[in-house]
Amino acid sequence: MTATDTRATAVRPSTSLLRFATAGSVDDGKSTLVGRLLYDTKSILADAYEAVERVSHARGAQTVDLALLTDGLRAEREQGITIDVAYRYFSTPNRTFILADCPGHVQYTRNTVTGASTADALVVLVDARHGVVEQTLRHLAVAALLRVPHVIVAVNKMDLVGFAQQPFAAIEAQLAAHSAKLGMTDAVAVPVSALEGDNVVERSARTPWYGGPTVLELLETVPSADDMAATASDSWRLAVQYVLRPQDAAIRPEYREYRGYAGHVAEGTVRVGDPVVVQPSGRLTTVAGIDTADGPLTQAAAGTSVSVRLADDVDVARGDLLSSASDAARPVKNFHAHVAWLAERPLRLRERVLVQHGSALVQAMVVGIEGKLDISLPGGTLDASIVPGDELELNDIGVVTLQLASPLAIEDYGTHRRTGAFCLVDPHDGNTLAAGTARAAVPGTGVDGYLTI
Amino acid sequence: MTTDTAHAVTCAHVDTLAALEAEAIHILREAVATARKPVILFSGGKDSVVVLHLATKAFWPARVPVELLHVDTGHNFDEVLAFRDATVARLGLRLQVASVQSYIDDGHLRERPDGTRNPLQTVPLLDAITGHGYDVVFGGARRDEEKARAKERVVSLRDEFGQWDPRNQRPELWNLYNTRHLPGQHVRVFPLSNWTELDVWRYVEREDIELPSLYFAHSRPVFERDGMWLTPHPAVPVKESDAVVTKSVRYRTVGDASCTGAVESDATTVAEVIAEVAATRITERGATRADDRLSEAAMEDRKKEGYF
Repeated sequence: MTATDTRATAVRPSTSLLRFATAGSVDDGKSTLVGRLLYDTKSILADAYEAVERVSHARGAQTVDLALLTDGLRAEREQGITIDVAYRYFSTPNRTFILADCPGHVQYTRNTVTGASTADALVVLVDARHGVVEQTLRHLAVAALLRVPHVIVAVNKMDLVGFAQQPFAAIEAQLAAHSAKLGMTDAVAVPVSALEGDNVVERSARTPWYGGPTVLELLETVPSADDMAATASDSWRLAVQYVLRPQDAAIRPEYREYRGYAGHVAEGTVRVGDPVVVQPSGRLTTVAGIDTADGPLTQAAAGTSVSVRLADDVDVARGDLLSSASDAARPVKNFHAHVAWLAERPLRLRERVLVQHGSALVQAMVVGIEGKLDISLPGGTLDASIVPGDELELNDIGVVTLQLASPLAIEDYGTHRRTGAFCLVDPHDGNTLAAGTARAAVPGTGVDGYLTI
Repeated sequence: MTTDTAHAVTCAHVDTLAALEAEAIHILREAVATARKPVILFSGGKDSVVVLHLATKAFWPARVPVELLHVDTGHNFDEVLAFRDATVARLGLRLQVASVQSYIDDGHLRERPDGTRNPLQTVPLLDAITGHGYDVVFGGARRDEEKARAKERVVSLRDEFGQWDPRNQRPELWNLYNTRHLPGQHVRVFPLSNWTELDVWRYVEREDIELPSLYFAHSRPVFERDGMWLTPHPAVPVKESDAVVTKSVRYRTVGDASCTGAVESDATTVAEVIAEVAATRITERGATRADDRLSEAAMEDRKKEGYF
């Protein structure tokens, strides 16, 4: 390894951050792809590489098995499987990456939903010999449901089909058809051999018919979700996490009477002087100041943690949502949603749950279970893939209606990725039960309308 | 309001350190807001120093509304303990110390044959959590440190015995952190989960954060054992076969003196340390932590038993 020089230049302070997730079926070569990305970007340190080299040789392998770089827990090493989402970190001169490595077989929906929920991009593995399989459709459906901004399909094991264009072109056409039905506009396919390194980091000489970027080139250039959310529109959102009111705990006497609302800008750019609506109360006021420990600001974009001062003495508490007044979120008491059920026990009608939304936590009841997603149904769209049912089991994705005990400014996930997302929590033991994406509060939206994804 | 700060925030969403800082502040605020009695594990080591620094920013202009807890193995470096106490005094906070030594003195714990006390920290830690009634426990662990940590959630539920069950973790969705737990349980919260060693050092540089002097190159008598440079210490008796030499070294981690090794280094400033870390070919724990070399699953086993 000649890692030294590359890594030293890979740490310029002005790099941007991209979060991405990987998903694949068993034996698609996902671990090898991840190992290849880490190895070819010189992100593997000598002792970690030597440990893998040792184990590879002990197992009688001729070459170093890069997949071993990602083996984590003892049970995984012993059984040769991956149990849980693992997070990896690497960087190039242009970007730093947080990779959520999602296992393909054990609880794939749970793991893929977890990884994809924070992802700016999802890399889906497909075996070039087998093409698009049921598991691929599931991964694409999850990506569509969670609106992962970028989907990269790595058509792997091109070495086993002689780097021929025809099988790749067939898979690419299949993917294009499916992603169009799912409403995904940004899905691209790349022919790769993770084992031999083709088109993962370095462009391959063995695919002269492919003129597109490598997997890493795509990851280095796509905009992050925060970048997109910061500039998407004039509207902004900030969930109040904590009321900063120091009194006797002020670090200096002049801050004794300070009152600011601390939170993370979820969307858009908040500016001093902006009219603001506090939800769910609906009170209208103005942004008087935006503060950080480093000093005051005139504006703060999505992805930043700040403290907002308001012009009027309105009642604001943790759990409230601050919205730009021009396009304010509207509180609702009933809403429809897709939920990915992640608990061992099933979800039944009339069940009482807690809805965690932003910094708010509200009691709710499941008043409708319309059905669950079955991606094997013909038609291919999410709307056409719901089979009627009245119960959701582990790893099912279903359509439900929730009734809230008190109103929440929950929004349509399709247009507001942060304020449309929520979790269901068990009121008894506090465990996380489900990931939800709301299809809510669109005037005139009936049961038929909320599935337009 | 200066033009510079406005510009800094306009660009903040594209800058890695700003994104990591904003995420950590979000996690700290979320966990403290939902805690009954939170605590920050604070050893004076660089990761816990950065967590505390982030807490001062998260709750500005109020003092950090969280107690600090240090599990003192009795073999900690004097310089680090002095730094710890000075930091606590400067910020006007309350520090609780759980002492491994007192557990050994009264017979509740026994010294290990290899002399390392890191694995002995678990019992005093759990007793302190129970005794003080802490329900949210902040630590400075990072996922890039170790394979088992790579799989741990930002908010990690622990049972009555402090145990981590890697096969039964809550899914962590979007940036919605679930800190709820039953009586007797608590959650560990790791705001630096997504930081690498290099991110920590770059942030130390950007924020001009003070660290114990051991992190920077200094001249020190050391001897080699198991491929690490150890310093003569009451806990680490020098054997006749050990050749003590004076070298320019620094510590990459500043834990228990019995199992924390120094690395040869000439890096006396943060910038030089960053250059060194960026160029290094050995992982942080591999270089300096004897306890992680015990077996391939050493960290996983300790975490399951309630370790940090």
